[in-house]
Amino acid sequence: MLELNATTLAFFVFAILSVGGALGVVTSRNLIHGAVYLIISLFGGAGFFILLSAPFLAAVQVLVYIGAIAILIIFAVMLTRSMTNMAEVVNRQWWLSALVGALLLLMLAVGVIFPVWGDGGLLPNQPVSDQVATTDELGTAFVGGEDYVLPFEVASLLLTGAMIGAIVLARDTEA
Amino acid sequence: MEQACINPIDTLAACLISAGATAELASFVQILIGVVLISAFPLVLVILLIWVERKVAARVQDRLGPNRVGPFGLLQNVADAVKLILKEDITPAGADRLIYNAAPIIAVLSVLLIWAVVPFSPAHIGADLSIGLLYFVAISSIGTLAIMMAGWASNNKYALLGAFRVVAQLVSYEVPMVVALLIPVLLAGTLSMQSLVRAQIGMWFIVPCLVSAIIFYISNLAETGRAPFDLIEAESELVAGYNIEYSGMKFGLFMANEFMHAFTANLLFAVLFLGGWSGPGAEQYPLLGFVYLMLKTGVVYIFSLILRATVPRVRIDHMMAFNWKFLVPVSIINLLIAALLIQITRLLGIAPAPGETDFLAHVPQAFILLLGNLALIGGILQALRSSGRRDRLAEQARTHGDETAIIPVGSGD
Amino acid sequence: MTVPLWMYLLVSAAVFCIGVYGVLSRRNAVAILMSLELMLSAVNINLIAFWRYGAPSDITGQVFASFVFVIAAAEAAVGLAIIIAVYRSRGSVVVEDVNLLRG
Repeated sequence: MLELNATTLAFFVFAILSVGGALGVVTSRNLIHGAVYLIISLFGGAGFFILLSAPFLAAVQVLVYIGAIAILIIFAVMLTRSMTNMAEVVNRQWWLSALVGALLLLMLAVGVIFPVWGDGGLLPNQPVSDQVATTDELGTAFVGGEDYVLPFEVASLLLTGAMIGAIVLARDTEA
Repeated sequence: MEQACINPIDTLAACLISAGATAELASFVQILIGVVLISAFPLVLVILLIWVERKVAARVQDRLGPNRVGPFGLLQNVADAVKLILKEDITPAGADRLIYNAAPIIAVLSVLLIWAVVPFSPAHIGADLSIGLLYFVAISSIGTLAIMMAGWASNNKYALLGAFRVVAQLVSYEVPMVVALLIPVLLAGTLSMQSLVRAQIGMWFIVPCLVSAIIFYISNLAETGRAPFDLIEAESELVAGYNIEYSGMKFGLFMANEFMHAFTANLLFAVLFLGGWSGPGAEQYPLLGFVYLMLKTGVVYIFSLILRATVPRVRIDHMMAFNWKFLVPVSIINLLIAALLIQITRLLGIAPAPGETDFLAHVPQAFILLLGNLALIGGILQALRSSGRRDRLAEQARTHGDETAIIPVGSGD
Repeated sequence: MTVPLWMYLLVSAAVFCIGVYGVLSRRNAVAILMSLELMLSAVNINLIAFWRYGAPSDITGQVFASFVFVIAAAEAAVGLAIIIAVYRSRGSVVVEDVNLLRG
């Protein structure tokens, strides 16, 4: 059985935040509440990144998801006044969707996760080493040498394209 | 392994173990005390800060400022705080209770959490994260969220309008701030706050990164909602902005948050550009480093207070235009120039070795970078002058067009 | 590190499936977008967990997760812009009302 120490305790706290927040997102009637739940869930994700010794990604998660995307979503909710006319939150096939989601989870858990990485599964479920790549190496991988320079540039191109596209789409043409 | 218990300040854990505590409990108690100290310090400091601010503003405006309660009016803010606590705590009808109550807490958290990575002295820092600077940027973006939540949950249109403005302001000014911060990172080659300070022992970053220091200072003023960017609480237009419905201690939290944030921003300026704790003797006596840091911060803080008392508020569209059409392009050009010059100095071999603490070793690179910065400033001023002259002429032609225009309008018809 | 890998995978799978449910069932476009973000975030947890337990000395896992962040940011910006444009022309953000192309 799991030893109860700071790491496992933190894991369970973050797991509750993550899954609870996600449930809140899909069930809340009020979209602002949904956005707050989304932030809670993403915060749990950032906690996982810290536990998994990827602090850079944890900070980026907070900065990009919580600081930018969540704010953007809240803005969109307010601009479209979409939290007022919410008589029906879900569509007619919501039970079908719930079935799909539950079946997918069941399939993933029973079919993949437990047989392969479960206790006594096919592959080891403890880290193979504690030699963790650092943030320095991440930066070097992105721009130094031949590793990921091209994908990095393509990603920045994608962001630029998305920015221009978003401005063009959302601009008020009448004004 | 056995750590000696010399005195309970430096070796608390060892002392606790020798007094019979287990190792885990000892480290837990040590961490807990550290957390409480680091988070209590700014909260106590805030009372003093408000007094300083009121005194400075009063002197600038040829008044005396608070002088009745206690010596020099020092206890005035204690009295104010007591008044705030005693006030009735109102939640407006139609407010979203949970979000309304959570917002002030998140606002204060967003500032207090920054203090975890502030290096107070060579030996004292909450947590020297390898991503310290990024952590600061990430945490300060949470503050935006608190304001949004407060404005929306109050169920008041002025609060919502204020929140919209503030969020637009904060999100926009984050861009030049982050780009400006990249240059010290380039020079130091690290994101850890303690290493950033150590890299400045030879030469403060304000010399080689003059332009980015100025941009960081300006965008920090906007981030913290200080004059001349205090549209957050434009009393004359928005009643009070996002916190209009808050009363009692919840309002107190927002106010404390504002002052703490302003001080923290200046603290970070001192850490990132004025060498933090570095100074003669700081390595031997960590406490001296703390004194240096507070002195540097104090100078910057007083400067921002005088700025606040003298500069009028900027109009919202001017503020956004200033950011997107001026600060962002300048910061990006500055980054390009600095990166180029740093690379050139490294290729020429006149860049200081990493960890070099000698002043003279830093001079060549800093000099070249400073020249680049000064050239950039000169270029900006020149561009501003010519564009200002163009605007003035256009304005003149528009207002006096019919009387004094040399070329009659519409003569081509 | 005592938390076994399957726990991370299970949490991430749960968040992902909740996101799937949200995307399929919600009527409001903004809510659908939020559920999409959940799914992307779950993918990231998965990637980083595999990286940490499988090949922690190699940087590839973190690089992948960083690209997911980029995609998420681009997707949110364009998605919300589309939602605002649709709201402007149709006066609604309920996806079932956006049926102009239906024959």
